[in-house]
Amino acid sequence: MKSKKTKVVSSVIAHLVLILLSFLCLFFFYILIINATRSHADLQKGFSFLPGKYLLTNLKNVANDGTFPMVRGIFNSVIVSTCCAALCTYFSSLTAYGLYVYDFKLKKVAFTFIMAILVMPTQVTAMGFLRLITNMGMYDSLLPLIIPSIASPAVFYFMYSYLQSSLPISLVEAARIDSCGEFGIFNRIVLPIMKPAIAVQAIFTFVGSWNNYFVPALVIQSKNKMTVPILIATLRGADYMNFDSAKIYTMIMVAIVPIVLIYLLLSKYIIAGVTLGGVKE
Amino acid sequence: MKKRVIAAFLVAMMGMSTLAGCGGEKKAETPAAGSSADAAAAEEGKVINIYSWNDEFRQRVEAVYSEVEKTSDDGTVTTLKDGTEIHWIVNPNQDGVYQQKLDEALLNQANADADSKVDLFLAETDYVNKYTDANADVAIPLTELGIDPETDLADQYSFTKTTASDQNGVQRGSTWQCCPGLLVYRRDIAKDVFGTDDPAAVGEKVKDWDTMKASAEELKAKGYYAFASYADTFRLYGNSIADSWVKPGETVVNVDQKIMDWVTTSKEWLDAGYFDKTVKGQWNDDWNKSMGSKSKVFGFLLPAWGIDFVLAKNWDGDMGAWAVTNPPQEYNWGGSYVLGCQGTDNPAHVKDIIMAVTATKDNLLKISKDYSDFTNTTSGMKEAATDDAFSSEFLGGQNPFEYFAPVAENIKIAPLSAYDQGCVELIQNAFSDYFQGLVDLEKAKTNFETAIKERYPDVTEIKWP
Amino acid sequence: MKKKKKSLNYAKWGYIFILPFFACYFIFSLIPLVDTIRYSFFEYYRSGIKEIGPNFIGMANYVSLLESDMVKYAGNTMILWVIGFVPQIVIALLLAVWFTDIRMKIHGKQFFKVVMYLPNLIMASAFAMLFFTLFSSNGPINSILMSLGLITERIDFMGSAFGTRALIGLMNFLMWFGNTAIMLMAAIMGVSVDVLEASEIDGCGTVKRFFYIILPLIRPILAYTLITSIIGGLQMFDVPQILTNGQGTPDRTSTTLIMFLNNHLKSKNYGMAGALSVYLFIVSAILCFIVYRITNDNDPDGSKAAARRKKKEERRRNR
Repeated sequence: MKSKKTKVVSSVIAHLVLILLSFLCLFFFYILIINATRSHADLQKGFSFLPGKYLLTNLKNVANDGTFPMVRGIFNSVIVSTCCAALCTYFSSLTAYGLYVYDFKLKKVAFTFIMAILVMPTQVTAMGFLRLITNMGMYDSLLPLIIPSIASPAVFYFMYSYLQSSLPISLVEAARIDSCGEFGIFNRIVLPIMKPAIAVQAIFTFVGSWNNYFVPALVIQSKNKMTVPILIATLRGADYMNFDSAKIYTMIMVAIVPIVLIYLLLSKYIIAGVTLGGVKE
Repeated sequence: MKKRVIAAFLVAMMGMSTLAGCGGEKKAETPAAGSSADAAAAEEGKVINIYSWNDEFRQRVEAVYSEVEKTSDDGTVTTLKDGTEIHWIVNPNQDGVYQQKLDEALLNQANADADSKVDLFLAETDYVNKYTDANADVAIPLTELGIDPETDLADQYSFTKTTASDQNGVQRGSTWQCCPGLLVYRRDIAKDVFGTDDPAAVGEKVKDWDTMKASAEELKAKGYYAFASYADTFRLYGNSIADSWVKPGETVVNVDQKIMDWVTTSKEWLDAGYFDKTVKGQWNDDWNKSMGSKSKVFGFLLPAWGIDFVLAKNWDGDMGAWAVTNPPQEYNWGGSYVLGCQGTDNPAHVKDIIMAVTATKDNLLKISKDYSDFTNTTSGMKEAATDDAFSSEFLGGQNPFEYFAPVAENIKIAPLSAYDQGCVELIQNAFSDYFQGLVDLEKAKTNFETAIKERYPDVTEIKWP
Repeated sequence: MKKKKKSLNYAKWGYIFILPFFACYFIFSLIPLVDTIRYSFFEYYRSGIKEIGPNFIGMANYVSLLESDMVKYAGNTMILWVIGFVPQIVIALLLAVWFTDIRMKIHGKQFFKVVMYLPNLIMASAFAMLFFTLFSSNGPINSILMSLGLITERIDFMGSAFGTRALIGLMNFLMWFGNTAIMLMAAIMGVSVDVLEASEIDGCGTVKRFFYIILPLIRPILAYTLITSIIGGLQMFDVPQILTNGQGTPDRTSTTLIMFLNNHLKSKNYGMAGALSVYLFIVSAILCFIVYRITNDNDPDGSKAAARRKKKEERRRNR
């Protein structure tokens, strides 16, 4: 009897905590969205819980501001993130497949190496990276933000684990009898099997690249190549006086909303994917 | 043949503008300048890249450069009548971002293709020194562009010409503005506290630091702040330093006694409640809001551009609520210098723009009238001081030039160095913590030392008075 | 003979398949790493528009870094990480236990999961910018608190070291607790249901069950979370950088190591940046090694080693 009562109490507490946390998570976005719909003058007067009618005006202001080319920034970010997601997932799968299916002398070494650098932060080589791409003539271009994603140890590890659990070697051997050619086997048979893993990692890579700030901020110099996070950061240091706070909120909203939408559409897969990434069998 | 004609036309046109600029005193072009314009006109590029930190210069160019056709909606491209496009490359000044981007571009200038070369760039007084340096040689000497400072720029305030010259006295830049600073105050607060909003009477209340302090006490008694933040008074002190922050050829930062005076008074004033504690420095949202109608701040120390470009934009009340008067100490704040960039493929346009915006008296007077900017024409500003046409609606019909002109006459520009922007910015950041009581004086000093060495790796030592 | 040749043939494909990865890693990570290490021994920076160096100066950069505030920034980084991580792991564990407890009957599990994970996807820079505007002394949070009558004077959140750090901690907490909670949930689900059911039949209470059954069983995943979080903490940059506009205000109490690195990179001080990178590299390498041990060792939590020790001891005693 007593135990049942404590169960009810703890269940209520649990729900309260959950609601509080959800409130914390959503409240800031609520303010953001509300403020993005109000005009600068309204905002100066103080906060209101009700939305205003200036969303379209604010969006127009954001789109037409050449000093903060937000539209261009989103375009750049989409290009970079999409390419990263594509390159990263394809080559990580390829590498994982190469190490999983084939036997060769350096296999163990290669695998150990990748596992050793699994979580190495990119920041430690940022300086050399910067010099390297300057010498290669890729300074201030989008390429250095895309190409290095080919080598993503964490994604590789994910793909490798996935292959272990879902690709029987016998299938590859059977395909060889049909003489598909090794690349053919990979592209036509293995990739489709890996679709769920690829989808999950593509989303994560996309988001990671979309939100990436440190390296792009060092590499990109010109306005028309800036990605969204750099633009947001410039916002913080801007002494432009033609500035209205409504525009700031709108810009932040524009930076966040695409990702939130993608997330809401795919949340089921994403949340399932989180656990696949880190958990070891 | 056709090119010659164009060149001749250009020469004639420039001659005319020069004539206008000098009030008809001097003759037009020297033959040498004519021929250089000729050579240049032959290969003018299609794109003029201009680096700046806001759209102020663009507005000035649009207002007075007769060749302007139109500007795109987003403000990034201005098309000229001959089809040439001006591309505006805008980066924020704060934190040295503008200079980093500009430096990148300048280092890359030799390899850049013609359409992406920097043609013209702006530099603030705080760091113009870095770009006029003769060894760096990034700014074209004006004579090479075909502008003779002796004749074409005779009407400019001489301290602006000194500022824009390199160590050998060769002038490499020119400015349209001169930035004598004033005290601009809220009329309603003045009436409430001092019983009058008359600029002359209020001027008496703020004529020097001691009187200012007494008035600040009066303001405080009624619940007002004298100024928004300690950063507001910085320029007055910073402008009167005896020696440059870093002497030429040295790597030692000298902190002037005047700066330490600022530190002492600022701390005292902040503790006494003469500043608004929630406003930490300038150029932030809180500062902007302190210029709004709900604020309790009595006044700001601003030059002409500050009133037009900052205060007016943040003010959300009725027109005529503000007025200007003399500051407690004469000072100069800012000044955007226009420099032609070595390697430009548009020398004729560069010359044209510099002449139109900085050396043509009628244009300068137009800028003064339309934007209340204090412009770089001694004769023009004297006229403006007594001309009612220059009264400002924002200031309730007051003619600010009456107060600006005498300040401008007396400006002695503080000795400059290439490190000024970093020093000025970082010393304010470092002592900000001290003012708020977060660190002690010694800690603030060390923090400044750390920060300045980070910004300028070649700085070896910091000397305190 | 024929068969062997064929397998050799396949080995070639193995190399081909892993080539892009390694070529890319070699070019974009190893060469820069070597370059970074090399320049850490040089005086090499840009003064204005002039370049100084490179002049070889041995370990001078390393020494002057140690003399500078680097240790302080390391401390900041750690403090910032701790105030974000501790609540994060506590809440995450709590949520994971609740969500996996069948008797608890949590409603709307999927909804809560979706909401909780949301902040993790938000651009850190935009999130920091948002917090900066929301918590500025004239910002919405202050107006809300004032209109609710909770405060009479505006709070200067970012005016104190505590406030700024707390904000950064809050952001890090919000961004990561959902992610950690979901990871831990999966880990607990992985604990065999039989064990849990058995414990229930034995009348094991919730608290006991948590400490004696769940916690020991998810220790590897906890260790993994901890280490990856430390590495993430080491890389902390976007949030404090944008919240304090790179100043680490007040009194540089929120300057992290990567912000310090960024300052040197921005002033093009390649020598100093290089030396700092090497320090960071050494720390990261150690952490990487630990992760490697966790992910590759069959005995990640040391339980087997303990068992072995125990056996040994027993044998000794028996003798």
